[in-house]
Amino acid sequence: MNKRIPPAQKPVIAALTALLLTAACTPAPKEQKIADPGTEVSGTVELWHFFTEREAAAIDTVVKDFENSHPKIKVTVKPGQDDSKMTQAIGAGNGPDIGLSYSTDIVGKFCSSGAWVDLAPYIKRDNVDLGQLNATTRQYTEFGGKRCAMPFLADAYGMFYNKDLFAKAGIAQPPKTLDELTEDAKKLTVKNPDGSLKTVGFLPLFDFYENAAAHLAPAVGAKWLTDDGKSAVGADPAWKTLLTWQKNLIDWYGYENLRTFRAGLGDEFSADNAFQKGQVAINIDAEYRLAFLKDQAPKLTYGVAPIPVSDPARYGAGYVTGNIVGISKNAKNPEAAWELIKYLTTNDATIVKLANSLKNLPTTTKAVSDPGLQVEPEFKTFMDIFASPNSSTTPPSASGPAYQETFQTFATNWQSGKVKNLDAGLADADKQINSVMTLGG
Amino acid sequence: MRLRRNLTTLSFLAPALVGIAVFFIYPLLSAVYFSFTKFDLLTVPQWVGLANYRRMADDPNLLQSIRNTLWMVVVFVPVRIISAIGLSMLLTQIKRGAGFFRTIFYLPALAPPVAATIAFVYLLKPGTGPVNTFLGHLGIEGPLWFNSPDWSKPSLVLLGLWGIGDIMIIFLAAVLGVSPSLYEAASLDGANAWHRFRYVTLPSIRPVILFATVTGVIYTLQYFDQAAVAGSIASGQATTGAGVSQSFGFPEGSTFTYPLWLYTVGFRYNALGYANAMAVALFVVALAVTVILLRRSKAFSGEDQ
Repeated sequence: MNKRIPPAQKPVIAALTALLLTAACTPAPKEQKIADPGTEVSGTVELWHFFTEREAAAIDTVVKDFENSHPKIKVTVKPGQDDSKMTQAIGAGNGPDIGLSYSTDIVGKFCSSGAWVDLAPYIKRDNVDLGQLNATTRQYTEFGGKRCAMPFLADAYGMFYNKDLFAKAGIAQPPKTLDELTEDAKKLTVKNPDGSLKTVGFLPLFDFYENAAAHLAPAVGAKWLTDDGKSAVGADPAWKTLLTWQKNLIDWYGYENLRTFRAGLGDEFSADNAFQKGQVAINIDAEYRLAFLKDQAPKLTYGVAPIPVSDPARYGAGYVTGNIVGISKNAKNPEAAWELIKYLTTNDATIVKLANSLKNLPTTTKAVSDPGLQVEPEFKTFMDIFASPNSSTTPPSASGPAYQETFQTFATNWQSGKVKNLDAGLADADKQINSVMTLGG
Repeated sequence: MRLRRNLTTLSFLAPALVGIAVFFIYPLLSAVYFSFTKFDLLTVPQWVGLANYRRMADDPNLLQSIRNTLWMVVVFVPVRIISAIGLSMLLTQIKRGAGFFRTIFYLPALAPPVAATIAFVYLLKPGTGPVNTFLGHLGIEGPLWFNSPDWSKPSLVLLGLWGIGDIMIIFLAAVLGVSPSLYEAASLDGANAWHRFRYVTLPSIRPVILFATVTGVIYTLQYFDQAAVAGSIASGQATTGAGVSQSFGFPEGSTFTYPLWLYTVGFRYNALGYANAMAVALFVVALAVTVILLRRSKAFSGEDQ
């Protein structure tokens, strides 16, 4: 007699089989073992990075140098990769040996989940001095005491100002404090006969170009997270200082006027960038804007300076971020991967070469003072911001940028006037940030 | 003998069945399983029971995304159907150059959604866009379109109406398929144009309306591309490499749809478990809407009331 499964049970069995299959697809963690000191490293290593075109060619050049100095190691480079592809590849067990990402937001997750291996054993074995790395870059490359990434060049944010418009408004020096910034912004603003805005001194909307709360936080020294990884935005009075200052300036312009003005501006990375076209006199941006200005607005007379701050003692501070590089947990040749990472992130000559071609900031002490580094005066300003002890970054979190984006939503509600009581609003933002952070982490 | 016949049938069905099993049933069951876990693609999923579903009850971003998506379903779906019917009726009336006009109205449907959205945002760009410049010449001050929280969703509806060709062509076929003898009989009974539409055309194309409603609702529940692109272009940060989800919902969260939040939670915040719970909820809602619509109207199966 044929034993048949009752029809009602069929879907249940199918579901269970599927559950087993899905559970089976997730690889188990692997124990990390490293080679003894002095072991010769050889073989092929695969590097995934996000650069394309000219920048990808710059990477190829240094990779070639590496292969010449390490003839037993062959590097396969895959350009144009992004974080989600890398995450999926690592999750599926096929991660590249080395991943190079533009986003420090992945560090928290990659360190805590072990997607990128702990580099501490390699660093210890090879006596790599982490003290040579810029202090802020050290912060965004480790999480929970685990160093799973190394910094690969960096970006620093400062203030760009239009010298012609400054001269026209009779302003001799760039503003150093937030109060001066307000004053200058008002002087620089020009209105049309119908009352609408023609030129704006400083456009304070948080969702405009690079004005994200993260980039302005160093102006007031605001803290994102507490030591135990909870939201600090409600408890840190610096946020209140920043938000109140910003709203006062918005109210001077009128939110609706700013919104209308901003709607007519060009895209940030196009030649129609509002600063490049002289529509906005002061703008927050990173050192990479220098290359855009040279290329797209060669006639613009501009200056650069650190962002204005609330307390003059903090002047010189700015937001710092950068590219990061790490070894996948399922790397086929982790030893060769480390060798290449070490070459890219601690070899001063390599870093200088990369900084010169990519026009980003070098991350080691010696590379910064290397005579071979091309340092134009504007670039120097950004190097100083980068070195400032008051500069800060957005701390890694297991839920990536969740805390920043939740706060950013709050900040846009605040600037539009939807939030009436700032204290209550910040307390609520705290609650929401803590809630959203537990979704993933 | 019977077994053999069954096997033969099965062997012919096999390719389709395998496809459905691998690409539909399996992912669906996985989504259901992962919705009960904490999962980040990188570590072994942890069973958390109903926690993800409970969290959905207290998530302000989710609430906002549901509100925006519901707005689109309630406004966009009916407007799209009414416009498509209107347009197809007009096209049947055209005697000369019918083929030309049909092609013209159908063409936008071929434009890739992302390209079409970019073009629309630039056309409607306040200040420099040609639409507002033209309105300005007429003495009308154009709205901020994609840059205004009040106008961003209506602008997306406009964009959808421009690309109405796919559904219009189905309605056109349906309207042309209505038997001329019915119109003739109605005319003999003294029916005017409105009567003919109301009592002849409309009942005849009811199955197509139902089809358009069901597919329209499902499409709108999954509304992603246009909202994401419109938000990022209008915010002026289209080419920012990092943090694509930063401009999601721009301006002021008004274009923040359900799938955008699902994507952000899953792929930016690494909360794949919660994202799967959201996907399952979306599936259940889409299924429920479909079942309700089909139940309410027998027309879909060909039986008229």
